[in-house]
Amino acid sequence: MTIDVTVAITGMNAKPDNPGPGLAVARCLREAPEFTGRIIGLGYDGLDPGLYLSEFCDAAYLLPYPSAGDEAFIEAIKAIQEQEHIEVLIPCLDAELPGMVRLQPLLHDMGFKLFLPDQEQLRLRNKDRLKELAQHAGIECPETKPITNAGFFYQCQDKGWTFPCVVKGLFYDARIVYSVEEATEAYKHIAAQWGFPVLVQKLVKGEEYNLTAVGDGEGNMLGAVMMRKMAVTDKGKAWSGVSIDDQTLYDASAALIKAINWRGPLEVEVIRDRNGIYQLIEINPRFPAWIYLSVGVGRNLPLTLLQLALGEQPPAFAATKTGTLFIRYAEEAIISMDDFESVIMHGGHTLTD
Amino acid sequence: MDTPAGDNTNPFPSLANLQRLAISESGFVFDPASGHNFTVNETGLSILRQLQKSTELAALLEHLANEYDAPVRELERDVLEFASVLRDYVGE
Repeated sequence: MTIDVTVAITGMNAKPDNPGPGLAVARCLREAPEFTGRIIGLGYDGLDPGLYLSEFCDAAYLLPYPSAGDEAFIEAIKAIQEQEHIEVLIPCLDAELPGMVRLQPLLHDMGFKLFLPDQEQLRLRNKDRLKELAQHAGIECPETKPITNAGFFYQCQDKGWTFPCVVKGLFYDARIVYSVEEATEAYKHIAAQWGFPVLVQKLVKGEEYNLTAVGDGEGNMLGAVMMRKMAVTDKGKAWSGVSIDDQTLYDASAALIKAINWRGPLEVEVIRDRNGIYQLIEINPRFPAWIYLSVGVGRNLPLTLLQLALGEQPPAFAATKTGTLFIRYAEEAIISMDDFESVIMHGGHTLTD
Repeated sequence: MDTPAGDNTNPFPSLANLQRLAISESGFVFDPASGHNFTVNETGLSILRQLQKSTELAALLEHLANEYDAPVRELERDVLEFASVLRDYVGE
């Protein structure tokens, strides 16, 4: 059965050391034989490469940053909707989720279908509720503390904290810091970008394992894809990975989804230490940038999400396929000044081959 | 059959962990649960193939002694070292 709808996907940024998931989500849909519709790429910066790649997007537009507020977003998305008649909207960035979830009724009235958690579900998976989530999952988690003052770093060693530790934003970003000075700088940077509180997490050493799946909103986890990071960028993002089938990670993730009735895509990040103990690091309310691996293992999760958003029942998933690798690479897109001008001056353009 | 003095525990990873390993003829080994991969030489390959059937040390040493015409005591030292490395890769 073909799916001939217009889908808008955010997160078209793709800096090589930390790409957004949008391009990968678009690629998954493009490669689905069932999908014959149009893809509208949405980004926040004129240098987001997805805004110019006709192999993935049929048209692309700029959105105002979430920090500009709901009014600016509504005005922009309304104008885009009048132009493109979008049926399904797939947000791919953490910082967008609170606003998109809050505005779901309005977006629905504007004709968008979304498959997202509600506000309560989103709140339950906040990065500052890690301990509670880990209890649901039945695994450990590193001590995490919300702070609103960089003075913490000058006294933390008296309270059992040691360097290195991790400084994290409430929505995004995480930096390993090795000294008071580094911690203070990371704190200021993250607070300026992502607001308060800033989170401090004890560093867990071990191997990183991730799972991505879709929660159906009724407590079920659909189509889990798991991978071990084989190489990471300086920012700790996966540069290469291999698909695995880890029962502990699967069970922990299924328990989490069941406990909060998660609806929508998610990524569960854990670290397995030398003793084989699993530590929950965080849960992201979106697909990861490595989501194309789901196509590689025969479980196209963005397609599943699209089917759920359209009220369709996704077909049964292929059996778990282990031992499939991905290796990310960077390449240059050549952009004409006319196209760049269209995005900067007019906020978007139609892409042609 | 010789066993390590004073050590009655099995030195190998569990049979379940060993049986899940994907082992190629070239000696490339992939653990689908942990995502680890490693390589073994011809002898290691022979040992792993045996271990996927049984993790009994005495039986393995007997098999290797016949195959390589080597003293059991000497084989045992190498096999235990191999088992230790294997546990690092595959788990207990």
